[in-house]
Amino acid sequence: MTAYRLASGGVIDRSSTLSFKFDGRAMKGHPGDTLASALLANDQLLVGRSFKYHRPRGIVTAGPSEPNALVTIGEGAATDPNTKATVAELYAGLDARSQNRWPSLKHDIGALNGLLSPFLSAGFYYKTFMWPAAFWEKVYEPLIRRAAGLGRTVLEHDPHSYEKCWAHCDLLVVGAGPTGLMAALTAGRAGLRVILADEDFRLGGSLLAETTRIDHRPAMDFAEACLAELRALPHVTIMPRTTVFGWYDDNVFGAVERVQKHVVAPQAKLPVERLWRIVAKRALLATGAEERPLVFGGNDRPGVMMAGAMRTYANRFGVAAGRSVAIFTNGSAGYGTASDLAAHEIEVAAIIDSRDAPLDAAPAGVRVIPSASVIDTRGRQRVCGLVVERAGFEETIACDAIGMSGGWNPVIHLACQRGAKAVWSPELSTFLAPDLGSGLVVAGSAAGRYSLGGCLEDGAERAARIAADLGFSTASNPLPAVGEEVDPSFTALWYSPGAKAKAFVDFQNDVHVKDLGLALREGFGHVEHAKRYTTTGMATDQGKLSAINATGLLAGMQGISPADVGTTTFRPFYTPVAFGALAGTSRDEHAAPVRKSPLYGWAEKNGAAFVDSGLWYRPAFFARHGEKTWRDSTDREVVNVRQHVGLCDVSTLGKIEIFGPDAAEFLNRLYCNPFLKLPVGKARYGLMLREDGIAYDDGTTSRLSPQHFVMTTTTALAGGVMSHLEYCAQVVWPELKVRFCSSTDQWAQMAIAGPKSRLVLQALVEDDVSDAAFPFLSAAVVTLKGGLNARLFRISFSGELAYELAVPAGLGEAVADAIMEEGRGHGICAYGLEALNVLRIEKGHVTHAEFDGRVTPDDAGFGRMVSAQKTDFIGKRLSTRYGLTAADRMQMVGLKPVETDQHIRAGAHLLREGAKASTLNDQGYVSSACYSPTLGHDIALAFLKSGRERYGERVVVWDKLSGGDTVAEICHPVFVDPGNTRLKV
Amino acid sequence: MASLIHCPHCGVRPSQEFSIRGDASVVRPAPEASDEAWHEYVHIRSNPHGRHREHWQHVAGCRRGLVVERDTFTHDVFSVTDGAAVAREGGR
Repeated sequence: MTAYRLASGGVIDRSSTLSFKFDGRAMKGHPGDTLASALLANDQLLVGRSFKYHRPRGIVTAGPSEPNALVTIGEGAATDPNTKATVAELYAGLDARSQNRWPSLKHDIGALNGLLSPFLSAGFYYKTFMWPAAFWEKVYEPLIRRAAGLGRTVLEHDPHSYEKCWAHCDLLVVGAGPTGLMAALTAGRAGLRVILADEDFRLGGSLLAETTRIDHRPAMDFAEACLAELRALPHVTIMPRTTVFGWYDDNVFGAVERVQKHVVAPQAKLPVERLWRIVAKRALLATGAEERPLVFGGNDRPGVMMAGAMRTYANRFGVAAGRSVAIFTNGSAGYGTASDLAAHEIEVAAIIDSRDAPLDAAPAGVRVIPSASVIDTRGRQRVCGLVVERAGFEETIACDAIGMSGGWNPVIHLACQRGAKAVWSPELSTFLAPDLGSGLVVAGSAAGRYSLGGCLEDGAERAARIAADLGFSTASNPLPAVGEEVDPSFTALWYSPGAKAKAFVDFQNDVHVKDLGLALREGFGHVEHAKRYTTTGMATDQGKLSAINATGLLAGMQGISPADVGTTTFRPFYTPVAFGALAGTSRDEHAAPVRKSPLYGWAEKNGAAFVDSGLWYRPAFFARHGEKTWRDSTDREVVNVRQHVGLCDVSTLGKIEIFGPDAAEFLNRLYCNPFLKLPVGKARYGLMLREDGIAYDDGTTSRLSPQHFVMTTTTALAGGVMSHLEYCAQVVWPELKVRFCSSTDQWAQMAIAGPKSRLVLQALVEDDVSDAAFPFLSAAVVTLKGGLNARLFRISFSGELAYELAVPAGLGEAVADAIMEEGRGHGICAYGLEALNVLRIEKGHVTHAEFDGRVTPDDAGFGRMVSAQKTDFIGKRLSTRYGLTAADRMQMVGLKPVETDQHIRAGAHLLREGAKASTLNDQGYVSSACYSPTLGHDIALAFLKSGRERYGERVVVWDKLSGGDTVAEICHPVFVDPGNTRLKV
Repeated sequence: MASLIHCPHCGVRPSQEFSIRGDASVVRPAPEASDEAWHEYVHIRSNPHGRHREHWQHVAGCRRGLVVERDTFTHDVFSVTDGAAVAREGGR
């Protein structure tokens, strides 16, 4: 019972109390606390169990680099796992739970893994693959999966909302510490559009924990004054709680703003998180420097903390990490922490310094042990002492917290995300950002200028230079006067020698020094290999604390410079970003736009069951009373169309209006069949190829006037065909005078099919639609009774006498209603996609089930349609190559089961009778299949090797999915009315 | 990949509004050109490290085909030109 709230101090609101829970225990904190500072104030140091060995772990940092204090916040669907307690803002009612422990944090069964640690060394995971093979799936994998992992995700629907925004600015300042504030002020005063983003809920960065005075007042007051001035500047936007996580091409930055993460009940009108894409002419990285941990025996015991974090907890949050604190340091920063703790009347047990002759001043009465090394720590779930070794002598020093200070790692993550490698600085013993050009400038501690005065100066200077670069004039403002400062120098210490317990490098993934040694010995010494082999730096903290130490250790073990080892690759994201934020509003029904046909309302009131069809909702069938399955409805609809008449919504077909003196020539080059001489008033089936000779799309194209055509495409490729036309017109044949636009959404189009279709239609159309006046493949603008102009096409997908009528989209439903009303006496029915499909299979018509990207026109039976006269069209040249004209290509045929009660399903493969099912024996496949109510048995369209020569033969339809094989007879693919007698009446 | 593309018709727009068709340096051969020429045009693509010219279409904007000259390694964009203008000049 040792961490506690100090009697005074800190930027917390002591007048107000916030109640929260940790693992069910009620606790209290203050506004301004993070969850971590409040936990410490309640002496809750133990916050989690480690990943592999399930060792007890405590809070280590006071910021985003925290490896241990990951907790789950919230309940039910609103659960957020792996939240860093060190950045989570405390609010009343916050409910946090520890992770990776069972049955409880104090008594964790998984800790037995610690006893198995000789078997869990670096690369153990990969070694389990090797022997015995049978063990992997049954033993190792289930065990590893159960034991590993941190927080658990929930599978419920996330109730929160998210959104995405763009922002633009002259200068983006990342980080609102001393450097960032001075930079934003300098640029803001010069009139630049500035965005100042900081991940903290309170801005000021290190100034919030600084005891050095600026302009003769506390650093905190200086920060507040800067912010007040910034808020008053018209072009400055301040974004707290915003983490800039990525630097992308063209100086676009990704950032996530936690809008309502810190409130118990988020308002529905606001997103919980907002994803920003910030387009910045220039950016300044003022992300500061991270204190480097020391690698010594027992350094993972709860109570071992970054010295700077202890200072932050004391100065900013008014919390003492312990009553008796030992400091282990290799530089002056440890002394600064010791002084600040002493000023808060926290006992400093000793300062252990790895350097031989430190010159730094320790607080009065504090013992300094130079040339010393910490080799072990005492205690179980809480440190109670440390063992220090000096000149061969060991001594145990009692303490209840240990602050470690191993120097500084500038936070250069963003600067290295676009491929540039960090550069080793021998003077500073650390990695610095490379020269990045003018787009992103690194300043202050992030650039290795660690002193407060240096940061203020650097921020102001670099911002002034950016302003001048962008053509703004800056007045020179005097720099703030900074009081006496601690010298931030240190002597690198990668490993504290003589460790008597595991010395951890990566806390979150449980990687210790010996793991790195093993990786090196086993040939995985390259820094990228060592990372993967040992998993150091691979946890959710991505090695923020561990990566540089790992590099230093690998260098030390090989006797080379860290410059020769280098760093692993930095990639976005700087800290984890929720999938919800990345998805924004694009989820559930908003993930893709819902496209409803203009006849959606008509279909709905006629009882349609809808189906997702590409981008559209289309009617699948129209169930009537007493019909139990889709098949009942579909069979009835098919028979009704063949005997009477039916109405089907075909509005979703792509429609493109093509105009211009060269429109006919353009179409002639697009389609493989001729279009140049298509007469006005006629429709023609057109087949487009890809340039490699494979069928691409088909549809009918009609000539409404000499220079006006209307093309239809399939529903699926409406967008693709439009782009194809645009490419051809703009890039391939820019000399052609042709213009076109999509009119898919402008027309409601309906197919009226069946022997009685003319009777129904004639009653509604002024013009004569008889066979003599309007024969098969006619296309014209007609007048409906009542005066509306419409487009009428005599085309048929069903094989029956049929018309397609197109009217302006807004009038579609009224016209469809009128047709249904007029047709009632003729037995009209609405028919859906299922019946449409059966009708076309019976007639042997193809869709994209047949044109699947492997099929040539000849394969599908359109060989004679391909023009030999045309000098050129898309796909002409390569369609004649040997591979596409070989005699044993798969050709489209019909199939019918020999036993008519047997079934055929699409996707089945074809084999010769008696042949073994093998890839070698594969004869082809079924592309479309259905039950034909007209014939009373299943029918199918299939592609079969040399199929057209094999009518009358039998094949086995091999269907591993449904289990049974069916013997089928090969036949012509047109099952109904091969002579087209029903079509042309 | 660039984040922003300067469309000559629409100004600076996010690259998500564009779709990439591919290599703009290939030119469709004459119908009577050799088999090799056609084979190269349809099937053979270089995958350069460095400067590359591609056809991009501004599908969520002006719908024009554009020739984007960019560096596949540094992601710098050097020029964006209307595809028809480039094709008319025959210069690719």
